[in-house]
Amino acid sequence: MTAAPLVQLHNIGKSFANGVVALEGLNLTIQSGDFLSLLGPSGCGKSTALRLIADLSSPSLGRIEWPQGEQARQKIGFVFQDSTLMPWTSVFNNVFLPLRLAGVRKSEADYRIHEALDLVGLRAFESAFPGELSGGMKMRASIARALIQRPQLLLMDEPFAALDEITRVKLNNDLLYLKAELGMTIVFVTHSVYESVYLSNRIAVFASRPGRIVRMIEIDAPYPRDLNFRHSALYAQCCKTASEALQGAMSLEDQL
Amino acid sequence: MTGQSPPNSRRRLILIERLSENILPILVFIAALAIWEALVWVKAIPPYILPAPSRIATTLLADWETLSASLFVTLRITFAALFAAMIGGVGLAIIFTQWKWAERSFFPFAVILQVTPIVAIAPLLLVYLDSSLAVLTCAFLVAFFPILSNTALGLASADRHLVDLFQLYRASRWQELLWLRLPAALPYFLGGLRIGGGLALIGAIVAEIAAGSAGQGAGLAFRIVESGYRLNIPRMFAALFLISVTGIAIFLAFSFLSHLLLGRWHESAHKGER
Repeated sequence: MTAAPLVQLHNIGKSFANGVVALEGLNLTIQSGDFLSLLGPSGCGKSTALRLIADLSSPSLGRIEWPQGEQARQKIGFVFQDSTLMPWTSVFNNVFLPLRLAGVRKSEADYRIHEALDLVGLRAFESAFPGELSGGMKMRASIARALIQRPQLLLMDEPFAALDEITRVKLNNDLLYLKAELGMTIVFVTHSVYESVYLSNRIAVFASRPGRIVRMIEIDAPYPRDLNFRHSALYAQCCKTASEALQGAMSLEDQL
Repeated sequence: MTGQSPPNSRRRLILIERLSENILPILVFIAALAIWEALVWVKAIPPYILPAPSRIATTLLADWETLSASLFVTLRITFAALFAAMIGGVGLAIIFTQWKWAERSFFPFAVILQVTPIVAIAPLLLVYLDSSLAVLTCAFLVAFFPILSNTALGLASADRHLVDLFQLYRASRWQELLWLRLPAALPYFLGGLRIGGGLALIGAIVAEIAAGSAGQGAGLAFRIVESGYRLNIPRMFAALFLISVTGIAIFLAFSFLSHLLLGRWHESAHKGER
């Protein structure tokens, strides 16, 4: 894939006030159209890297560049590990939030909200409150909210970690469908080797203490992906490669 | 199993549980009144020592004109104080959350007012203020702190991921307050309001007693003091009964309000199976 770089992280370091060094010497280029998974053990700085890209935190060292300009930086969607919906209001109003904050009136946003809800199959539940939905439906609502502004870059921080396997597989497929429909770039944090291989075209394997990328794995399988890919020899081989890389990253940690 | 009605024994159990939940407290209350009534009659206790519940009820009806006027005075003070505490508590909590220097500067004053007993402050206020304003101020002071501290806690307790989300979408400080922090603080505010409602009544009563002893006031507390001087003990009990009923009514009204506002989304308002 020879696409233009969307975000470039140059020699990023991040330390916290308590002395913990979350990231050190992190170099990463995210290409337009990438589905990049950040794979690694807990506490290796994957989520921190995501927060730095989203400008929710500032790097202690290094710099982040947006070669396509400030506009790309403004068009970011974020999906957290839990659905992070406002429990006091309806699914409709939750999805409306980014537009409301941008000053768009509800009557003007109506069509776009329904379109986003249609995309994630939640149109029938627009009046429901988050507490009335299942875990998978909440996550769909959260994804619809992230998509409402048609982001160029979607950042996802272990979005399906708390879901059961069946819902997770279903949402994996839905996510690939949405990416194909909307053509956005996705950076996806996960602990799961299988999930990262199924979804991504690249996997960045992180090691911890301090957090850094120890290996970049290319998943050279075409999209769309489906059950056939999950059952293919290529998938098994990629899972083995990613698993070995992850094992290697964890053994680096043990040596410290 | 879904779609099947529970078996008879289970249904009976549910019925008994519901009956015991609602009827048992009423039965116990009625039994206590009956024992009280019987004790007074059997032991021939004079009404100026301990009036029977029936005597208190007849006094309540006979003196209704005087007592209801006093009840109205106490209620007016209680709700005026609670309203002021609500505006002041929520307003100050917003200021505290928006400007940390304001919290650091003024929160100690709020704590001092809270920890100093209102009985000790009331006579001092009666020196400086008009008696009705002094009573109102006392009731305000005791109701104010729980509303302030609860609301401030609620405003600071918004989900950190939602705070991140608002930051990501470049929400202004006021948008964050309006669409995130205020709704997130609602359960805390309502908790403070329930406590503050009861305390406003207590504050009003304490201040009325202090003002009454100075020869002013016509609230229920003043009626208690006045009845005590006249050894009209049944009227004392009748006034006390009205104060208790008022306190319970305030608590129930705010509980109902909480249920209305939070019932669909907050754990504290959920009842039954989920």
